[in-house]
Amino acid sequence: MTEPVLSVRNLQVEFASRRGTLRAIDGVSFDIAKGEVLGVVGESGAGKSVTGLAVIGLIDPPGRIAGGEIRLAGQRIDNLPAEEIRRIRGKRIGMIFQDPLTSLNPLYRVGDQIIETIKTHLNLSETAARRRAIDLLAEVGIPAPEKRIDGYPHEFSGGMRQRVVIALAICAEPELIIADEPTTALDVSVQAQIISLIKRLGRDHGTAVMLVTHDMGVIAETSDRVAVMYAGRVAEIGPVQDVVRNPLHPYAKGLMGAIPTLAGDDKRLVQIPGSMPRLSAIPRGCSFNPRCAFAFDRCRVERPEPLSRGTQSVACHLYDTVPAESAA
Amino acid sequence: MLAFTLRRAVQAIGVMFAVGIIAFSMFRFAGDPVNQIVSIDTSAAEREAVRKSLGLDDPVPVQFVRYFGNAAQFKFGVSYQFRQPVSALLMERMPATLELAICATVFAMVFGILMGVYSALKRDTVLAKLFQAVSLIGISLPTFLIGILLIYLFAVTLGWLPSFGRGEVVKLGWWTTGLLTLSGLKALIMPSITLGLFQMTLIMRLVRAEMLEVLRTDYIRFARARGLTTRAVHFGHALKNTLIPVITVAGLQFGSVIAFSIITETVFQWPGMGLLFVQAVQNVDIPIMAAYLLMVSLIFVTINLVVDILYTVVDPRLRSTIGRAA
Repeated sequence: MTEPVLSVRNLQVEFASRRGTLRAIDGVSFDIAKGEVLGVVGESGAGKSVTGLAVIGLIDPPGRIAGGEIRLAGQRIDNLPAEEIRRIRGKRIGMIFQDPLTSLNPLYRVGDQIIETIKTHLNLSETAARRRAIDLLAEVGIPAPEKRIDGYPHEFSGGMRQRVVIALAICAEPELIIADEPTTALDVSVQAQIISLIKRLGRDHGTAVMLVTHDMGVIAETSDRVAVMYAGRVAEIGPVQDVVRNPLHPYAKGLMGAIPTLAGDDKRLVQIPGSMPRLSAIPRGCSFNPRCAFAFDRCRVERPEPLSRGTQSVACHLYDTVPAESAA
Repeated sequence: MLAFTLRRAVQAIGVMFAVGIIAFSMFRFAGDPVNQIVSIDTSAAEREAVRKSLGLDDPVPVQFVRYFGNAAQFKFGVSYQFRQPVSALLMERMPATLELAICATVFAMVFGILMGVYSALKRDTVLAKLFQAVSLIGISLPTFLIGILLIYLFAVTLGWLPSFGRGEVVKLGWWTTGLLTLSGLKALIMPSITLGLFQMTLIMRLVRAEMLEVLRTDYIRFARARGLTTRAVHFGHALKNTLIPVITVAGLQFGSVIAFSIITETVFQWPGMGLLFVQAVQNVDIPIMAAYLLMVSLIFVTINLVVDILYTVVDPRLRSTIGRAA
């Protein structure tokens, strides 16, 4: 098996606060292979975005990576000096943020922002960089790019701005794209276009994509594999069809059950009772135990470690108690 | 864009008209001008003759139109105390005031922006905290006190700088400048600092607050995620966005720098319009007071207009909104 583009092992991210150190990410591990799309899903505050920021080295104080390893194509990047991780950002890892309306500097022409980024990472002349910027805009589906390149961000619609943001993220042909809720701020019809664009770019360039979202629909449509996060840990990870059709972790089950169907029955929407614990009050044992219908004594004491179940990996004691099934 | 400029210009003329009414009414409410001109033993008939020759027996609206028409041509009448045309007096004094105001503003902008940017980027350093403390002093100490303290330290105790006046000046046509002689430059230092200190601390605090705000925005985070150098992020992206409100404030402050130079000019006996005005107040020299009022408001209105236009140059979003509205 070839080396994964991104390999995260036992990542821990901490935030120093007045009430002591809060652990936002606690032992997260996952891999993303070349050309693969990994969906990362979870409630607000589960640590999805922080994981993405940690990978690209943008955790600002008082936050810090407290432990674990992040490897990009085998090279360790979590402990690099600031200047070296800066060179990796934008060149080897591209990032797309949630809100395209605020991601672009309003005072600079779209083209200048792209050219600036290209010239930072690639050794190109002004004209060559401009040529490339126009090609990029065309590739992300902006009509009349040679005219639009001189437009200001406010002259673009939300969807078009997100395309510009994507063009900026891919302008140095990165190996990995981290897309942090790229469609959340867009309306549904535009969402579909952006999703298919990200998917196409991943396929055409063999780029690995880490797609952070809370939208299961987006994940199901786009991802090859999915990681379900809860309170700073990975509850379950596996191929997207398996996790969606046959979720193992009680939280994942709840999450999949909460997707409304188009059948139009007038039942109440399913919800998971309770809410995610605050970082300062994560319960002992399994962090999901107070909300879990299947919780038993062990869940309140011991933290579950990830267990392999077929193609899936699940961190839940329920699957540790039936060793007979694991042999199958 | 042109329509926008024209509309703002019309508004500016409206403001000047209103100020003109106020300036004109000063003559009517500060006693009978004829009494100010003639001596005590002038007979009633002679007073009437003076009144008639000056057109003071015309209806008030006629007088106002005449005054405003003259003022528009920079004719403000004759000073009671100097027996000279007010416009000549003002023109003679204006270079001193403008030079002082420009030097003070440049000083305030340069140091204010530098200190503001530094204390935003290096928030936790000792120097940044020192700047914050100093700025508090600058904002709370009254101008005259700073001036007197500076005079005490640098003129009286150390004897490095002159305590009053403009030093030697060079005539360039009608403009007199102190910028070309050593004594002129030395004389400019303390008044500029005194006048500019408040503005400097204001700009510094504004730049610091704005910059911290801008550094938190998504586009700065995205600029960092694109791998731009720290230098490009801070000075290419953050600073430009920071400077938009700073331009407005600094521009508007330039008007108050001129208006408030009265105090600094008095402390340093600076031969500018402010000092002229203070002397005019003491002598109830209404023509000078009215003219000064008009001049200062003209400067204010002009600056406002320029700032509005500058704004659209810096911020492309405004350009299109204005374009659409016009």
